[in-house]
Amino acid sequence: MQATIAGRTVEVNEEGYLTDPGNWTKGLAEELAIGLGIEKLTDKHWAVIDYLRSEHAKGEEMSIRKVGNSGVVDLKTFYALFPGGPLKNASKIAGLSKPTSCI
Amino acid sequence: MPHQHHEKNHTTCETCGDCQDCGCCTGGHAPVEKMLIIVSKAGIDSVYAALILANGARSEGMEVDLFFTFFGLDVINEKRMDHLKVAIAGNPGMHMPEPVNVLPGMERFATNMMAKEMKRLGVPPVREFLQMIKDSGGYIYGCKLAMEMFHLTKADLWDGVEGVLTVGEFYGHATERSQIVFI
Repeated sequence: MQATIAGRTVEVNEEGYLTDPGNWTKGLAEELAIGLGIEKLTDKHWAVIDYLRSEHAKGEEMSIRKVGNSGVVDLKTFYALFPGGPLKNASKIAGLSKPTSCI
Repeated sequence: MPHQHHEKNHTTCETCGDCQDCGCCTGGHAPVEKMLIIVSKAGIDSVYAALILANGARSEGMEVDLFFTFFGLDVINEKRMDHLKVAIAGNPGMHMPEPVNVLPGMERFATNMMAKEMKRLGVPPVREFLQMIKDSGGYIYGCKLAMEMFHLTKADLWDGVEGVLTVGEFYGHATERSQIVFI
């Protein structure tokens, strides 16, 4: 289905995740973040978003464990930066699909 | 959590108690907000179920308390937590005739096979997994009565244990939208 985010119309699934990561822009990320209760994306947020997008580009499946061991952010900070379900929310903001790992 | 209303006539969300009119309640409440997981066994088949449930709860934004009792105390016992085994004797899940299960070396063999599979899938060892759950904001407790039975003190436990609770104190951690699971 279509949604208008940050003035653009993009395809999203029923949970609001972008169906095509190629449609993602930083403006979209900022708007998606606000929808998830994050008023402003700081450098630390962007470092995580960039990491998730680069891992996706490599075809890597993400897990909470991988993020915690990535060297980009530790788990305490990750949970503070993206409250709620951090990997779910960070993936949505990064324009990626919902993560499916159990770890 | 109860919230100070800005105006007397503002409405309270029935689920979370926050003010709906000021936008303090953002809606979309999950059916379960907290998991309380009791772990009474030391076999890694039981223990990993509990750890994945706990980590999974945090990943979904739910609170989690882990309560280790009886043989589950092995999981938070500093000397034993790196040496947990698969329970194979009498376990039909091993798909082996029972006389094979009780052969010397079978427990070690089955444990090593399971450890290999978990490593392949990126499942962390127990110690790292507990640390992940703690770093994510989960809480880990020991059972006071079981510790007394096994002659353990807090000094014997992994240093990430939050505290030692009685059953009543543990129940006090439940909320209206929490679930209690016994493993």
